[in-house]
Amino acid sequence: MAATGAPERTGLGLETGRALDAAALRRDFPLLERRRSDGRRITYLDSAASSQHPRQVLEAMDHYYETTHANVHRGVYAIAEEATRRYEAARVRIGTFVGARAPSREIVFTKNATEALNLVAQSYGRRLLPEGKAVLLTEMEHHANLVPWLMLSQERGTPLRYLPLDERYHLDLSRLDELVDGAGIVAVSAMSNVLGTVNDLRPVIEAAHDAGALVVVDGSQLVPHRVVDVTALGADFLAFTGHKMLGPTGIGVLWAREELLEEMPAWLGGGEMIRDVRLDGFTPNDIPWKFEAGTPPIAEAIGLGAAVEYLQAVGMESIAAHERALTRRALEVLDDRHGADVTVYGPPADDPNRGGVISIGYRGIHPHDLAQVLDAEGVCVRAGHHCAKPLMRRLGVPATARASLYLYNDDDDVLALSDALAKAGELFG
Amino acid sequence: MSGLEDLYREIILDHYRSPRNRGEIEVPPALRVEGFNPLCGDEVVVFLLVEDSIVRDIRIGGQGCSISQSSASMMSAAVKGRSVDEARQLISSFKAMMSIHEQSIGGDGTESGPEPPGATIPPEGLGELAALQGVVKFPVRIKCATLSWNTLAQGLDELSSQSASSAS
Repeated sequence: MAATGAPERTGLGLETGRALDAAALRRDFPLLERRRSDGRRITYLDSAASSQHPRQVLEAMDHYYETTHANVHRGVYAIAEEATRRYEAARVRIGTFVGARAPSREIVFTKNATEALNLVAQSYGRRLLPEGKAVLLTEMEHHANLVPWLMLSQERGTPLRYLPLDERYHLDLSRLDELVDGAGIVAVSAMSNVLGTVNDLRPVIEAAHDAGALVVVDGSQLVPHRVVDVTALGADFLAFTGHKMLGPTGIGVLWAREELLEEMPAWLGGGEMIRDVRLDGFTPNDIPWKFEAGTPPIAEAIGLGAAVEYLQAVGMESIAAHERALTRRALEVLDDRHGADVTVYGPPADDPNRGGVISIGYRGIHPHDLAQVLDAEGVCVRAGHHCAKPLMRRLGVPATARASLYLYNDDDDVLALSDALAKAGELFG
Repeated sequence: MSGLEDLYREIILDHYRSPRNRGEIEVPPALRVEGFNPLCGDEVVVFLLVEDSIVRDIRIGGQGCSISQSSASMMSAAVKGRSVDEARQLISSFKAMMSIHEQSIGGDGTESGPEPPGATIPPEGLGELAALQGVVKFPVRIKCATLSWNTLAQGLDELSSQSASSAS
């Protein structure tokens, strides 16, 4: 499963391509060691919703609370300086991980990816997007990359356009030049949280820049699983979230090019984000703190920094290779064992631009019933519309059942899923 | 984590596979009411024909999981031919059956607790509807079971406000 050929750049240039031992890694994850009352292990296939945490992340947060907790950027005493140092070190590590040129200035900590995308829409969109310029989105976006733009459109009349989906579950780029003409922002997911499609962003970014538009990438699903390098990609904004990449909840990230952050007005107001406050006005702080109003999620940032360190130690290339192989295996097992009983909403096993998110329908059983029976077998999958209702309508289904893979999943998980599907088939006949 | 047999009783699966009173009634004279669960996308459409304060006919449309669809089917069978007052009594008794247990979940496990208002029929008097009692062990699914009942209640409310305004 080791990657071959020239390794792609990883965050810190760590060794790449080593084969990954999922069973050994799983021992780092206390929750995955938990046994059910019948002694069986938990088959966790919902990392696209939220991933589990290795001990290293939990210990980094505990260590911070036990030894150095104080508010950041305020105290002059030693532990406050230590808290600030750790918080800012996490920022640099995370920025370097995604290839930021100026990691200490280009990474804004938010609550989650949703808040990061709202920040772009509310700050850049409301104040700097020229009147009449359109926002180009896609049919496969998560609500987090739809609703902020719908709100902007409601407020300012911003025209919204959509790149459609083709029959292979990829973006149809045949009308890209026409759709991007007159757009000021192109906001697109790097990987669909429903289909598993990994979008080819290069032609989209090139066309957007040729048309004078900025590109906002929703990296929530891709950053945890593949090497993402914003500088090599040429994106303008990247949003992602901590809890889908082994980090805690309550922490998300907006990366943006330094000059854009300088130009953008502050969004949320309060402490930390100011340099001076008078009764008749205020002067905002420098970037990135200009966008971090109030006491930030300090332990969470440190936890996310530890998660990135863990991912780097395993190697993003190894993780990507492991997931590619396991996704292919899962799709083959489903097809071999269940054939036409399973409908996969996403690219086929041999599509290289496919991640480890597998949305299925099974024998017409409603996804909620399916997920309920799977739960009784210890298999955790997500059932529902996955916060992508327009995409569900496009697919012509109210909901799907979704299994998603990560570095700690292995062949046993795939087989447990397949066995549990057969049980559901028996029950609902 | 198990106990699936409490959720998917045979009678529930039977109503799911062969739903009763499936279809539509012409509007008017019938009333059409839609119930929607935005979280999971379950959808129930109730066509209600009430004459002389009697539910003469009821038809069910929509789509959703086995619990929402079988509950709608069982509801239609239970209220058809009943008086509006009896239908309301069934609604509150059914919802009480769900909420009594809802209170006990996560608590000390006892099922005592204040009887919600309007629960005039105990679960054992609800006939085959009592089969849905097992749903309360799966809190996420309670809203699936109550969707059609809330929709029926909304329809009866609309009818009574219509007749109130036409009487005044």
